[in-house]
Amino acid sequence: MALAVVVFLALIALVLFLIGRISGRRGDRAVALGFVGPTLLLVAVGLVYPALRTILQSFQQADGSGFVGLDNYQFIFTNSDQLTVLRNTALWVVVTPFVATGIGLVYAVLIDRARVEAFAKALIFLPMAISFVGASIIWKFVYEFRPEQGNIQQIGLLNQVLVWLGFSPQQFLVNAPWNTLFLIAVMIWVQAGFAMTVLSAAIKAIPDDIIEAARLDGVSGVGLFRHITVPSIRPALVVVLTTIGIATLKVFDIVRTMTGGQFDTNVVANEFYTQAFRADQGGIGAALAVVLFALVVPIVAYNIRQLRASEAR
Amino acid sequence: MTTSAPTAVVPSVARTISTTASRGKKRLTSPWASLAAVVIAVLWTLPTLGLLVTSFREETDIRRTGWWTALSDPTFTLDNYREALGRESGGGGLVDYLVNSFVITVPSVVIPMVLAALAAYAFAWIHFPGRDFLFIAVFALQIVPIQVTLIPLLTLFVQGDVGEFVRIWVAHSTFALPLAVFLLHNFMRDVPAELIEAARVDGAGHVKTFFSVVLPLMTPALAAFGIFQFLWVWNDLLVALTFAGGTPQTAPMTVALANLSGTRGTDWYLLSAGAFISIVIPVVVFLALQRYFVRGLLAGSVKG
Repeated sequence: MALAVVVFLALIALVLFLIGRISGRRGDRAVALGFVGPTLLLVAVGLVYPALRTILQSFQQADGSGFVGLDNYQFIFTNSDQLTVLRNTALWVVVTPFVATGIGLVYAVLIDRARVEAFAKALIFLPMAISFVGASIIWKFVYEFRPEQGNIQQIGLLNQVLVWLGFSPQQFLVNAPWNTLFLIAVMIWVQAGFAMTVLSAAIKAIPDDIIEAARLDGVSGVGLFRHITVPSIRPALVVVLTTIGIATLKVFDIVRTMTGGQFDTNVVANEFYTQAFRADQGGIGAALAVVLFALVVPIVAYNIRQLRASEAR
Repeated sequence: MTTSAPTAVVPSVARTISTTASRGKKRLTSPWASLAAVVIAVLWTLPTLGLLVTSFREETDIRRTGWWTALSDPTFTLDNYREALGRESGGGGLVDYLVNSFVITVPSVVIPMVLAALAAYAFAWIHFPGRDFLFIAVFALQIVPIQVTLIPLLTLFVQGDVGEFVRIWVAHSTFALPLAVFLLHNFMRDVPAELIEAARVDGAGHVKTFFSVVLPLMTPALAAFGIFQFLWVWNDLLVALTFAGGTPQTAPMTVALANLSGTRGTDWYLLSAGAFISIVIPVVVFLALQRYFVRGLLAGSVKG
């Protein structure tokens, strides 16, 4: 590791030393190449080329021996298991951003200017530092199920709460379609802190004058939230929603760690991994990756348009 | 920041009675609001607390009773951590994986940081043909999901006989570059042009200008990105699963835990301790450098 870092830094230093020797205006291109070259090379080899290859591969057989047209895509959009995967992905990407952003927004408003604001924020923000694998384990334990018989006690908090309330314990991660919602809860738990931080900053940027004026007009409480706060931070809301939406589309760690995609909980990002690296179905895997790509593009495009619009003002 | 807010209403009246402005800053203080905030805070904290308490309980206790019973009858032990870290049988000890996580993370943070800083400088301050097009192209690559690149990249690595660690370093560095260049470029543009020009007039080349003028100013931005990248790489599962091979020689903590979770779902004494070993390092980094992290987060998403 240390060796790798040293070798890398030495290489960069050598390049910089060489281009540092070149002086004068004519040298600008060479200098620029030295500065930008390594980055361009890496993204060309590591992102552009593979992306093009994958698109090509999605039209090929599993072993890449021949073209099969749209067969891989047809499989994804007709096979019943794959349709479940698509349905779950849709559920994830519709529910997660809105709930996470909603909770983040409400919390940001509630604790704004509170005495313990910094501490209160840290509590919600902390899950962001935890890996999805770690978060999955934490929640798997909350959902842990013990059959209702004899002297067996629940060790998962959620089931214990059910028992305390007089209900019978549930297998949260097994019973479809609810289990997908319980997986989504983990993603919301991780992402709400991100939403809260960004939105809190946006709320603080609302000029006091506006709030004061509204108060003089007799607006307060929920009205203030609806008519002043939310419209004022609309650009930030869009950014947060799209960012979480994109992250949600690509996440597979939670499904992989908690259910492995069993019990009808699979999503595109996890099915991609299974097909491409476990089932040796490179073509289908590639097609799934392309579907993921196709789903991300419009979200990002919308995001960039919003950003442009807010910058143009 | 405002779009449709009634800015027109902002009256001079509001300024004249600024004494009430401080009162106007008062937040929503109904008891229901406070209660809602507390409920959310508890919901967000309890799951982690539960697993943390569990990781210090005796194996038999974990299997028989809920962690909340330990609060009234506390018997705690470090055995779970000892066993999770150092299990000899079957090579299941997590120490190897923990070391791998470090070996993977450090170069994967340093390499893109250096490359992106250089590229961002060039995109901001060196005139060369195709500059704007290339910058937009690199920025646009953010929309490529990692999943799209994995299969061909693995083929390339296998053909080139590239070792597992090098694969992961290259992959993480590459995937980080579009965002890193974008973030650092934003900060780079905030450096006053006069500073750069002054250095240039004094006869400093771009290399010298970069190191003596720009780099010192960039430290907070670099820190912000560094934390981002550290958390992302440390917490990554997908790249590690694809390129690390899953062995104790090369796989990081996340892979070990995911496997442990899959095959030994009921071994909560190992899983809870293992989870906390993997969590503690990013959380410490995160808490120590939170300020930079938040700033980096806001630089990327909120303008103004």
